[in-house]
Amino acid sequence: MNLDPKTPAGPLADKWNNHKAKLRLVSPANRRKYHVIVVGSGLAGSAAAASFAEMGYEVSCFCYQDSPRRAHSIAAQGGINAAKNYQNDGDSVRRLFQDTIKGGDYRAREANVYRLAQVSTNIIDQCVAQGVPFAREYGGLLANRSFGGAQVSRTFYARGQTGQQLLIGAYSALSRQIGLGTVKMYTRHEMLDLVLVDGKAKGIVTRDLVTGAIESWSSDVVVVCTGGYGNVFYLSTNAQGCNVTATFRAHRRGAGFANPCYTQIHPTCIPVHGEDQSKLTLMSESLRNDGRVWVPKNKADCTKPASEIPEDARDYFLERKYPSYGNLAPRDIASRAAKEVCDEGRGVGQVVDGKRLGVYLDFSAAIKRLGESEIRARYGNLFDMYQNITGENAYKQPMRIFPAVHYTMGGLWVDYNLQSNIPGLFVGGEANFSDHGANRLGASALMQGLADGYFVLPYTVSDFLAGEKSGSRPSTDAPEFQAVVKDVNDRVAKLLSINGTKSPRYYHKALGKITWEQCGMARDKAGLEGAIRDLQALKKDFWENVKVVGSGDALAPELERAGRVADFLDFGIMMCLDALTREESCGGHFRTEFQDAGEAKRDDARYAHAAVWQWTGEGQLPARHVEPLVYEETQLSTRSYK
Amino acid sequence: MVQDNGKEPTLALKLRVWRQRRGQPGAFEEHSLAAVPTSASFLEMMDMLNEQLIKAGKDTFAFDHDCREGICGMCSMTINGMPHGPIPGVTTCQLHMRNFRDGETITVEPWRARAFPVLKDLAVDRSGFDKVIQSGGFITVRTGSAPEANNIPVPKPIADEAMDAAECIGCGACVASCKNGSAMLFVGAKINHLNILPQGQAERDRRTLSMVKTMDEAGFGNCTNYGECQAHCPKSITLDVIAKLNRDYLRARVKEFFSSTGKPSKGGD
Repeated sequence: MNLDPKTPAGPLADKWNNHKAKLRLVSPANRRKYHVIVVGSGLAGSAAAASFAEMGYEVSCFCYQDSPRRAHSIAAQGGINAAKNYQNDGDSVRRLFQDTIKGGDYRAREANVYRLAQVSTNIIDQCVAQGVPFAREYGGLLANRSFGGAQVSRTFYARGQTGQQLLIGAYSALSRQIGLGTVKMYTRHEMLDLVLVDGKAKGIVTRDLVTGAIESWSSDVVVVCTGGYGNVFYLSTNAQGCNVTATFRAHRRGAGFANPCYTQIHPTCIPVHGEDQSKLTLMSESLRNDGRVWVPKNKADCTKPASEIPEDARDYFLERKYPSYGNLAPRDIASRAAKEVCDEGRGVGQVVDGKRLGVYLDFSAAIKRLGESEIRARYGNLFDMYQNITGENAYKQPMRIFPAVHYTMGGLWVDYNLQSNIPGLFVGGEANFSDHGANRLGASALMQGLADGYFVLPYTVSDFLAGEKSGSRPSTDAPEFQAVVKDVNDRVAKLLSINGTKSPRYYHKALGKITWEQCGMARDKAGLEGAIRDLQALKKDFWENVKVVGSGDALAPELERAGRVADFLDFGIMMCLDALTREESCGGHFRTEFQDAGEAKRDDARYAHAAVWQWTGEGQLPARHVEPLVYEETQLSTRSYK
Repeated sequence: MVQDNGKEPTLALKLRVWRQRRGQPGAFEEHSLAAVPTSASFLEMMDMLNEQLIKAGKDTFAFDHDCREGICGMCSMTINGMPHGPIPGVTTCQLHMRNFRDGETITVEPWRARAFPVLKDLAVDRSGFDKVIQSGGFITVRTGSAPEANNIPVPKPIADEAMDAAECIGCGACVASCKNGSAMLFVGAKINHLNILPQGQAERDRRTLSMVKTMDEAGFGNCTNYGECQAHCPKSITLDVIAKLNRDYLRARVKEFFSSTGKPSKGGD
């Protein structure tokens, strides 16, 4: 497996500019002769599709939702980082780079992260020009707030729905191109496979979710921006439809999958309430700016209402353990600290599976200091959402929160150009692995999605296309396409014909229980080995006993779910295997055997690399390869937020 | 909400749910569903019903849903005659079963509007909304051509007003609740978001004219000020966006009339 990162030479600060100067171009008159397929219409996908079309390429964009505006980027609440230094508090490109690489626990590729910090400022310019209604000061200029893992205020935001506003910006740019006829948009289409011709990605096979038609599409390049795989845990903050199928199918066709064990558990979600729950809801990290996290010092107080627990009987554990960052400690650290106090039996709220899994997020001090109206102005929609879901008023009593799966740092392996090891297959946004290492800082996902879509892929994909002869793309009648279409048809037919006894959701829940317990916030060797065995057994059971109702020629939600769960089962095995073979703790990957009194203990000598998995065939475990991480300007240190 | 015995209260429900295949007439089906936890969301209740149907070997009800946190705008059910159900300011996915009574009969239908044909059961085709946006719901700014962000100061009250309108999630409840099937609240919200910002001025008139034209062509009805849209909007968008849409439309038409020089158009538009 060729894992050359193709990192350009020169000092970090010059790499991207030097590289751009060397990238090949396609002349404007020739661009319309190239067909670019973009799969996914979130921030990365919409931004990339719109940008390609503006440049003059012929673009087709696919999404499974009924409109590109509904991709799950929409749900991001808190904000987007950029090194504008509008607050005059010492921010810079280098500072954002350092925070991000440290936040990722030194497991990201240095050059990619630096480029991300560099283009962050262009993103804000682009979005403001599109009409994204960011928060503003009375003078009319942009406002900022602070976020976890940083000591400067560099986060731009639009009330509690920054994701929706940025996505509407990218969607409107995309819509303009659709209206002009330069992008063909295929909604309610799901990518079910990738087609390779002569070793290059040259097209995809999709299912029309409304008619059930299996169709193939030929192109000169395929750009996959299909998000993360958080739903392998069943319960997560992801949308119901988020899935690993597009990236996992590409993996099965030869694309390396990097660091699948790096999953982010977000500390501030609404706790689980029961068996029939389908979804966990995030409360924005921005709440930690004004909310204080605590649990009772004594277990006996855990059943009492918060108001009856006096100040000196409360343990503000984040402020106690991490005095310099306090409640704004990074996500992985804050999550683990919450798990720890709940494991000690000091959790609060409902008992689920014999434990109280919740900690308080208390606004009473902030309300006293700033007044209820100011808190309402800052977080009103989040407080409303909390009340809708829990029936509790967080202005009067503290919120209860608990960590939940939120984001996945792992993804398809890409080089500096965001190209996978399959030539012609590019990967953007959460679907790739490149920028967040073992842990992502808050407000960095939106930044990365838009950086990839607007400012990286248009350059690097053009460079690839310049090397492809225009008009050389294969016809969908080619045998390579026919073979993949047959595979997809066979698989759909197989799922519909098993006619067993258990629903796809049953398997999804069972899968989630295994992965959350053994590959969640804390992992160990025995647990992971057991999980791999259990998942293999569950997979076998699935292919013998799943029952998929509905028909192949109409909207069939159970068939969609079954296909996604089937891929998640294989993927879950690979994720556990990755966690098992990374014998260190770093960022979101916490192996209980490797710790210093509760803090993650990295092993840079053995694991300063990306682990990249190669599909080796049905029924076999994938093979592990490595890309060593070379740090030219960064001093690896123990991450401390104390 | 936990009872003294530590258990959550549950509901037994009778459900009348719309069943339809694309292009064919539909009808209600009746089902009973027991032991629905009051903390479950309405969609989780529908999941329970579908799991029960799978056990019985029957087809599930298709419905649109995705984020389940009230922001993607995908969920779309008319519950007891009301789009997104009886609680103001929430989407179907954020409606919780504690708002219903034990033994209650709940009627669940798709969005009912000429411009939103049924795809299957409770799922409808809302692509008309996308077409309206494609015709003008944007500010033209090519990637890379934007000026420095703080070169465009936007007074806070204007930014806040634009944000109020931009909260629209494009779910279509406004259309579904309107006797005329009008999309004026949706289009008004988008127009108001872009037309009041300094960045949106250059295309203000052509945006307005183009979006209204596409809206009419997509089969949406006219606004006769019933106000049902405002009452059912999960993001509480208010009717004043329609007044402002009418104002901007009139302004654009008048300007179009007086700016005509009589010279034939040479294209380039």
